[in-house]
Amino acid sequence: MYVAVKGGEQAIANAHRWLADRRRGSRESAELEVAQVEGQLRLAVARVMAEASLYDPELAALAIKQASGDMVEAVFLLRAYRTTLPRLAETVPLDTAAMHIERRVSATYKDIPGGQVLGPTYDYTHRLLDFLQLAKGETPTPVEAEEMLATCPQILELLDDEGLLEREADDGSEPYDITRDPPDFPVDRATRLQMLARGDEGYLLALGYSTQRGYGRNHPFAGEIRLGRVAVEIEVEECEVPMCIGEIEISECQMINQFGGSREVAPQFTRGYGLAFGHNERKTMAMALVDRALRAEELGETPTGPAQQAEFVLAHADSVESAGFVSHLKLPHYVDFQSELELLRRLRREHAARRLQPDEQPTTAPEEQQA
Amino acid sequence: MKCPELQRPALLEARGVSRLYGPGKGCEAIDFTLHRGEVLGIVGESGSGKSTLLRVLSGLERPDTGQVAYRSTVAQGHDGAGHEGELDLYALGEARRRALLRMEWGLVHQNPRDGLRLGVSAGANIGERLMALGERHYGQLRAAGQDWMGRVELDPKRIDDAPKTFSGGMQQRLQIARTLVTRPNLVFMDEPTGGLDVSVQARLLDMLRTLVRELGLSVILVTHDLAVARLLAHRLMVMRRGQVVESGLTDQILDDPQHAYTQLLVSSVLTP
Amino acid sequence: MNDYSDATTGYNFAYLDEQTKRMIRRGLLKAVAIPGYQVPFGGREMPMPYGWGTGGMQLTASVLGQDDVLKVIDQGADDTTNAVSIRAFFERVAGVTTTSATAEADVIQTRHRIPEQPLRQGQILVFQVPIPEPLRFIEPSEEETRLMHALEEYGVMHVKLYEDIARHGHIATTYAYPVKVDGRYVTDPSPIPKFDNPKLHMAEALMLFGAGREKRLYAIPPYTRVESLDFEDHPFEVQQWEEPCAICGARDTFLDEVITDDRGGRMFVCSDTDYCQSRREEVA
Repeated sequence: MYVAVKGGEQAIANAHRWLADRRRGSRESAELEVAQVEGQLRLAVARVMAEASLYDPELAALAIKQASGDMVEAVFLLRAYRTTLPRLAETVPLDTAAMHIERRVSATYKDIPGGQVLGPTYDYTHRLLDFLQLAKGETPTPVEAEEMLATCPQILELLDDEGLLEREADDGSEPYDITRDPPDFPVDRATRLQMLARGDEGYLLALGYSTQRGYGRNHPFAGEIRLGRVAVEIEVEECEVPMCIGEIEISECQMINQFGGSREVAPQFTRGYGLAFGHNERKTMAMALVDRALRAEELGETPTGPAQQAEFVLAHADSVESAGFVSHLKLPHYVDFQSELELLRRLRREHAARRLQPDEQPTTAPEEQQA
Repeated sequence: MKCPELQRPALLEARGVSRLYGPGKGCEAIDFTLHRGEVLGIVGESGSGKSTLLRVLSGLERPDTGQVAYRSTVAQGHDGAGHEGELDLYALGEARRRALLRMEWGLVHQNPRDGLRLGVSAGANIGERLMALGERHYGQLRAAGQDWMGRVELDPKRIDDAPKTFSGGMQQRLQIARTLVTRPNLVFMDEPTGGLDVSVQARLLDMLRTLVRELGLSVILVTHDLAVARLLAHRLMVMRRGQVVESGLTDQILDDPQHAYTQLLVSSVLTP
Repeated sequence: MNDYSDATTGYNFAYLDEQTKRMIRRGLLKAVAIPGYQVPFGGREMPMPYGWGTGGMQLTASVLGQDDVLKVIDQGADDTTNAVSIRAFFERVAGVTTTSATAEADVIQTRHRIPEQPLRQGQILVFQVPIPEPLRFIEPSEEETRLMHALEEYGVMHVKLYEDIARHGHIATTYAYPVKVDGRYVTDPSPIPKFDNPKLHMAEALMLFGAGREKRLYAIPPYTRVESLDFEDHPFEVQQWEEPCAICGARDTFLDEVITDDRGGRMFVCSDTDYCQSRREEVA
């Protein structure tokens, strides 16, 4: 008798139980604590916060734990939670110049006012597996400076004084909110930056890389990369100055790119910009490259690479959207498949019939067209 | 050669049209009138601004200043319609401008790949404009496809072949069939024989001349090739550095050029 | 495991907040006023993956009332995993009564099918839509397709159909078969089999379409003309089967092919499980 190939409530419930068991792993080792994830897998936490557009290290750590370390799944969990939150206030724009610097480097000058600060970076580590960590060795405490780093001027402002670099001024307009309104292509730069900021890191990295390899080359220099804590402030009616409601850790990258100038504008440097929650250096660099690539049309350059095609880049950047749509192929499609089966059988029958009657004029195109 | 109807109102008029990318780059202060049934050749070296002018005239690129006026034969009553159905091309909404290009005009690109859908069959390529105009009978579409393949000297048996299996010359014929199948009021051609080798060019030109005459087409033709201009155009405009240096009847210009640049241009090619 | 049981208390009726529902309902009003036109809306993230019905769920959440009875189907069946999952979601976050009986439902959310039993006035059918743009596979740019709709530049749709006939002798689109709604907008009916297209024409029920990932919604209001694109000499036709449903004997329904053994044995049964069941009960 016909047994339904169809699942049911019980099957789903059982699958969830099994999944929970696999997530817990062997009961012989202690269960991973959310605080451990937050404290010891901080780069993973930063990535999840950035792509979920929600600054909450504890919940990001929970999402990573709950997703068994699947970053795309963790981003999705945190994003779905984010949607349910009320919007209580809007902050004033972050002042990254006033950042409490933890790391700050520039590739365009040997020395810079305020100095190059390496900070906690993997950059100059030798990528040798550290077997001491396997053996639970002690980690030495860091060397500490006598005094806190002062706030540092932004390098690009130095070039800005000479007019060598395009000016970027806040025109005061209300930015489009991609979490509230549907994208309406073509979108302006503020909207693009929002979409890139929550875009998948691997995707942006690949696109940024492609511009370096010649698919829309734009000669980048890492003008400045800074990482540290900035104050988050909101306007409160009774107060004259904005009120600080806390600090968040962010990464910022300003790329400097060549630009030949146009009839109206003298040759000057242009910028690409990247910003992300947490320590997210690679993401911000990739984002800055892609941001600049997407400005091709605005700057009168002929788009030659995929990274310069705004609709293509932006419509496919979000991992929650792309992972969802790819995974939906797992859902049953048997009705549509049945429709295709029926047609295919009919076409094959007709094809066979035609072969038996070679006199009849074939309506089918030659083989080469099927490619 | 059939005479253009000079007494009838102008079909297309350019009035002080300028589109400059930089000094001497683009086209500047262009005035001319095209009458129904007339073939106007725009000649000049590459970089003379003739392609920019064609883009402006065909509604693809808005001029910095000036006006392009077109007299439509299709009943109007839409936006931008002036007296006696005269349309100011860039005062029209984009919808109307694109509708013009689709319904009343035709554009033959230099590279047939820009004007064809390479992924679909020759028949579908020819049928597309008919379908856009509302033709919904497969048999008739197919008949029109075969008829037009014959007219442009392509083998009608290849109606189901994809254009990518055609040679460059055949692709250009297909593009011409695809453009002319709806008998457009006005055809823009951008170096229609460019990129083809000489023997293929000659046959294509011959075919094009026959079609233009039979259908009484109104054409604006851009070419750097004076031999092409001589064969097809009634009148010529010679462009240099964005400006028209000389214009007049084709024979007059080519046999008795007045402007020094035109003289240079004419003397530098072998006249047939 | 109950994913939502503890969290549920913190959520609004039918999950979405009232502001969002109002925003979606405004979009739906516009969609009803312009049948077949894709209205952009500020789609929210749902706690289910994009592509799994988030658009349909947002529409359902926006039109669902506390006294409404909800039915959810996927591939025509009430007991497919995704249908079960979505139904369970609304039971938890809205506490509404659910049913598998088509006639008893006020709102039916569906993926890939229209129920066999004709819908009546007052019912709402909500479709889950993956790619709302019928022109997408001809023109990938959204900027361009919007313009094509605005200018009614639809010739290219027939190019595809022409090509099918030239190549195969038939129009080879079998599902998500494009329709023209009210003589104006070419519209994607969602990936329903073309068998279901005639049910869209002059239907009594309101049909709403939601695409979550693409953030578009559209509607076919009751009693609207819906024509499937075709040629005069190659008219639109629906699938037919040589045998009746092996369970209920119906000859006028969409049949699923079920493989019964590993020697090529198979049978055909109704894809609409509720319809099949009720016919069987009538016979019994």
